[in-house]
Amino acid sequence: MRLALAFFLTAWAAAAAPAVNSCAACHSEQAEAFQQDIHLRHGFSCTACHGGDASSEDPTVSMSKAKGFKGKISRTAVPKLCASCHSDATLMHRFKPQQRVDQLQQFMTSVHGQRLAKGDTGVANCVDCHSVHGIREVRDPLSPVHPLRLPDTCGGCHADAAHMAKYKIDTSQHQEYKASVHWAAVSKRGDLSAPTCASCHGNHGATPPEVSSVSAVCGTCHVLMEELYAKSKHREVFASMGTGGCSNCHGNHEIRKPGPEMLAGAGSVCQQCHDAESEGGKVAVQMAALVGDLKTELDRADEILARARLSGMEVSEALLRQVEGREALVMAHVAVHAFDLAEVEKPAKEGLAIAAEGVRAGELALKERNTRRIGLAVFLIAALVAMAGLGMAIRAVEAQPGSDENPSGR
Amino acid sequence: MGEPVPATHTTRETKTSWLDERLGLGAIREFLAHKSVPAHSATVWYYFGGITLFLFMIQVATGILLLLYYRPTPGEAYESVQFIMTRVEFGWLIRSIHSWAANLMVLAAFIHMFSVVFLHAYRRPREVTWFSGLGLLGLAMAFGFSGYLLPWNETAYFATKVATDMASGVPLIGEPLARFLRGGDDVGGGTLTRFFGFHVAVLPAITTMLLLLHLALVQKHGMSTPLSLDGKPVRQIRFFPNFFLRELMAWYGAIAVLACLAALFPWELGEKADPFAPAPEGIRPEWYFLAPFYTLKLVPLHVGMVGFGLLAILWVTLPFWGTASGGVVRTRRVATAGALLLTYLVIFSILGHFK
Repeated sequence: MRLALAFFLTAWAAAAAPAVNSCAACHSEQAEAFQQDIHLRHGFSCTACHGGDASSEDPTVSMSKAKGFKGKISRTAVPKLCASCHSDATLMHRFKPQQRVDQLQQFMTSVHGQRLAKGDTGVANCVDCHSVHGIREVRDPLSPVHPLRLPDTCGGCHADAAHMAKYKIDTSQHQEYKASVHWAAVSKRGDLSAPTCASCHGNHGATPPEVSSVSAVCGTCHVLMEELYAKSKHREVFASMGTGGCSNCHGNHEIRKPGPEMLAGAGSVCQQCHDAESEGGKVAVQMAALVGDLKTELDRADEILARARLSGMEVSEALLRQVEGREALVMAHVAVHAFDLAEVEKPAKEGLAIAAEGVRAGELALKERNTRRIGLAVFLIAALVAMAGLGMAIRAVEAQPGSDENPSGR
Repeated sequence: MGEPVPATHTTRETKTSWLDERLGLGAIREFLAHKSVPAHSATVWYYFGGITLFLFMIQVATGILLLLYYRPTPGEAYESVQFIMTRVEFGWLIRSIHSWAANLMVLAAFIHMFSVVFLHAYRRPREVTWFSGLGLLGLAMAFGFSGYLLPWNETAYFATKVATDMASGVPLIGEPLARFLRGGDDVGGGTLTRFFGFHVAVLPAITTMLLLLHLALVQKHGMSTPLSLDGKPVRQIRFFPNFFLRELMAWYGAIAVLACLAALFPWELGEKADPFAPAPEGIRPEWYFLAPFYTLKLVPLHVGMVGFGLLAILWVTLPFWGTASGGVVRTRRVATAGALLLTYLVIFSILGHFK
């Protein structure tokens, strides 16, 4: 019995004892960061990248070349080291069957990869974006490449004027992007599908989009706009000017919420090329008026319906119809990219009709509310009169001698 | 041709005696002529029983009207209520009155119950009247619970989910009880038709029987008088017309309040229930379930349900522990218990509403 107990305790102690990792004895900081690393979760240890034998506490053994010890990985060697696993489809399939395995190939097409290949160690490699010993999955909000953190990760280098000076690259992108409608969508609405740096520039193959491909890049999300723009006169004009399509009007990193003010009025983007009195300028003003009117009317309908709803009126059907009106407004905004008044008129007129319905429904509801209140006042007067009549009747009944005394009954 | 007969008088008399012979109207007249009720400083509290009854009658009338259009299926319930509120002439008023009257009825029933407690009207020989009254209050709350789901809107759907989850915390029978209420594993179409059945058939049938028993017992024992008047001569007034006219005045007051609420604050319909949508914030039941709802947030579900069970038993048996042997009423004990319960309900309802 004692023998069995001793055997059990020994076996338990052996199972509970952590596996020896002699690296941690000296490299405690890296070892601590590695506790959160996805590679550790999948069973990889320090030796998977650095080689050597972590099971030996003798540094001459654990860090011996005979044991394949590589020491600190040089910056130029990092991509190939990562790719030794990440480009191995068979190996990656064991951990994440849908994971791509062409990161190195893409990286070598990027400006980062090409410069690194030439020996420039100032450019980013895998660990600059993914971190070194605490690598997390992209979807982990603490990962430096999670959409909420990626702009700051890219900005770590690209917003650093001293670092970018030798590459002669502007450093305003990070600040501009943070003021954009795209970043607002990511950070305020929590829409992680909204664009961050990698969405337009690529991630592993990061490269600035060429002028000719700007509209195609924007068109990956803004499909309808891109289609209309491709058929418009502006495409050829902008191409002949050698400027990127969408960015001519919307800018690149600091893309603001678009509106009719972009079409007409002082400082509008159309007026940068079209004189207000020219044919193009007039069309721009008309398009701005249509879109602006539609928005104003929809806002008016919303306001009346909201007032009716706050008064307790049932206007949910009209409110639902307003959603269609808002869709028409979006379509009118989209149609602007055809730069054709007739294209904008169609959704704008549909939307205006819906807005008019909303205003009518709201006004009717408010009128009905007032009628109800008048009805209530009439009813309350009638009830008060009836109560006064009852009071008088009670007095009259009780004024009769002996009328209230009836002790015989129950 | 003979002398003209004073037709009106004769015809009315003939009609009255014809009806009297067949319906026994004379007996009713005789009964009303001799029925009297005690009149004293606390009489005003007695009107709340009548107001509760009046509001119940309004519920029946408006409920029947709503039945003409309401459709108890998940695909049509919300739309049918929306139709009632927007397309049916005065539909909004009927629905709003039905919803507000339900709440006022429960409020009036609670006031009636606490007035019975503080005036010690539960004492011998009115123990069964007390039981039937508590049963009616429970049924009024069951009406509210089942009716709340019927518009099939977002808040009702998720509140019913929470409530039926709580029912599963009843010891031993919790799970079967929750399944019985839901008509399945989760709140769905089965729950809606089931609640509709309870609301328009089962509960009205039981309520009618219990109400008749309650009224018969009130008639049999007469209205109670406060303890302080025991053994003293109490002034009596005729039930008809003296008390009836006063009660009628109270009913007018109730309907005026009801009209104001229905016209100025029409009962909202909200958004249609979407079982796949996440539960919206601030889901809470009707006000009369707020105190137990908030309590169950503070204590484990099973403990809370056992506690409420014991509290219910204690409250139902009040006429027994509230009266010593020899029929002496333990006024201080009962008043303290009533005050504690009332304080608990008020404070926890407020906390449940705001937290």
